[in-house]
Amino acid sequence: MAERINLTAPLTDDVIKTLKAGDMVFISGTIYTGRDSAHKKMVELLEKGEPMPFDFTGQVIYYAGPCPAKPGRPIGSVGPTTSLRMDAYSPKLIRKGLKSMIGKGFRNKEVMDAMVECGGVYFAAIGGAAALMAKCVQTAEVIAFEEFGTEAVRKLTVKDLPVVVAIDSKGNDMYKIGMEKFAKN
Amino acid sequence: MREINVKDITELVEKLCIDACCKLGDDVFAAFKKFKASEQSELGKSILSTLEENAHIAKDNMEPACQDTGMTVVFVDLPQSVQIVGGHIEDAINEGVRRGYEKGFLRKSVVKDPINRVNTKDNTPAIIHYEISRGDKLRISVMPKGFGSENMSQLKMLKPSDGIEGVKNFVIKTVSEAGANPCPPVIIGVGIGGTMDKAASLAKMSLMRPIGSVNPDPQLAALEAELLEKINKLGIGPAGFGGTTTAMAVHVDTYATHIAGLPVAVNVGCHAYRLAAADL
Repeated sequence: MAERINLTAPLTDDVIKTLKAGDMVFISGTIYTGRDSAHKKMVELLEKGEPMPFDFTGQVIYYAGPCPAKPGRPIGSVGPTTSLRMDAYSPKLIRKGLKSMIGKGFRNKEVMDAMVECGGVYFAAIGGAAALMAKCVQTAEVIAFEEFGTEAVRKLTVKDLPVVVAIDSKGNDMYKIGMEKFAKN
Repeated sequence: MREINVKDITELVEKLCIDACCKLGDDVFAAFKKFKASEQSELGKSILSTLEENAHIAKDNMEPACQDTGMTVVFVDLPQSVQIVGGHIEDAINEGVRRGYEKGFLRKSVVKDPINRVNTKDNTPAIIHYEISRGDKLRISVMPKGFGSENMSQLKMLKPSDGIEGVKNFVIKTVSEAGANPCPPVIIGVGIGGTMDKAASLAKMSLMRPIGSVNPDPQLAALEAELLEKINKLGIGPAGFGGTTTAMAVHVDTYATHIAGLPVAVNVGCHAYRLAAADL
């Protein structure tokens, strides 16, 4: 089984290059949530040449829409959502400097091409393990698109968020590798 | 005629929404344990342990096991001998959903209109299925259904000549195409027969059976076992990272159909399989 790798976000290009598909990684530091509505909006702003509500260059975006926080807690349950719905938008953001994404499930060829071209990494968090992942969040603050509710962009401080490198910067795909290893006819 | 007040229905639905989202059933805990023992991938085993741990955290702290607390599917078995008083049952159920999602700190994921997509902010309306039952208890079952798995479901109107092999191939194809997206290990509900809508509804209903329960019809029980074995040879594995546990159960149910038809629906359920039920 892969060794435990501890990283601090945002991740540098040098760190991203060392990550290999299948690595188990624990992320601490600052990441941002953003899913369907935020992606749509960010790409609209990009295309109009308007300013971004936050600078995503070099940052980690986590595809997640949390449950409401209970009193005294920074956030409610917060697991990953299916990444394929972001595929229409991700290549544009990657080419504008987004480096790391956390979600779950396959990515299409356009996203993988953009990642290889720009040196990006796609992590998969464990879908459904949302109560456990909420415990990794120390602070959460809505920093953009508050009107989107759960889909607003939140700045999170996380400690040891467990993820797996699903697609590395060379384009190796853990989903494909893992499935081929265990598929039986 | 026994009377049931809508107030009691609202209170029950509120409680069931919260319980379903936070407390996974004993059958889910048992399935995690069973498949952890047989899983061949080390990473897969560790993911199943994480899911077990997550389910314990959720239950102990009454927090949602998954942030996608779903669109609320409610099944009502309404005895013919019961009269609902004090208001309309549909309003009462939706009020229960509204209160449950607010009080339970559950995520509100429902948009009023599929085109304009404005959130209703209270997770209503629920999807409600009514059955007029022959029993004397009003049974309410609440299944918060996340859309990571719902989106991976498929329906096909096969030809009778496609036969049982056609049915099997369609089920396998659906799970294979879903891959890592629906949060495997999944629970697969298969509805065969009826009309288009009936097949879909059979598939959904079959998800309500306890995980790993066997269809009383030996032919369908054998089909369930065969499909489970084939699905677990796909290699998708826990969280899709490869392994021998892609599904924890396959439930098949059938209904009479037309001489010209063979409808098949496959409803995919994620591992955070949530269901709570009680009687009034």
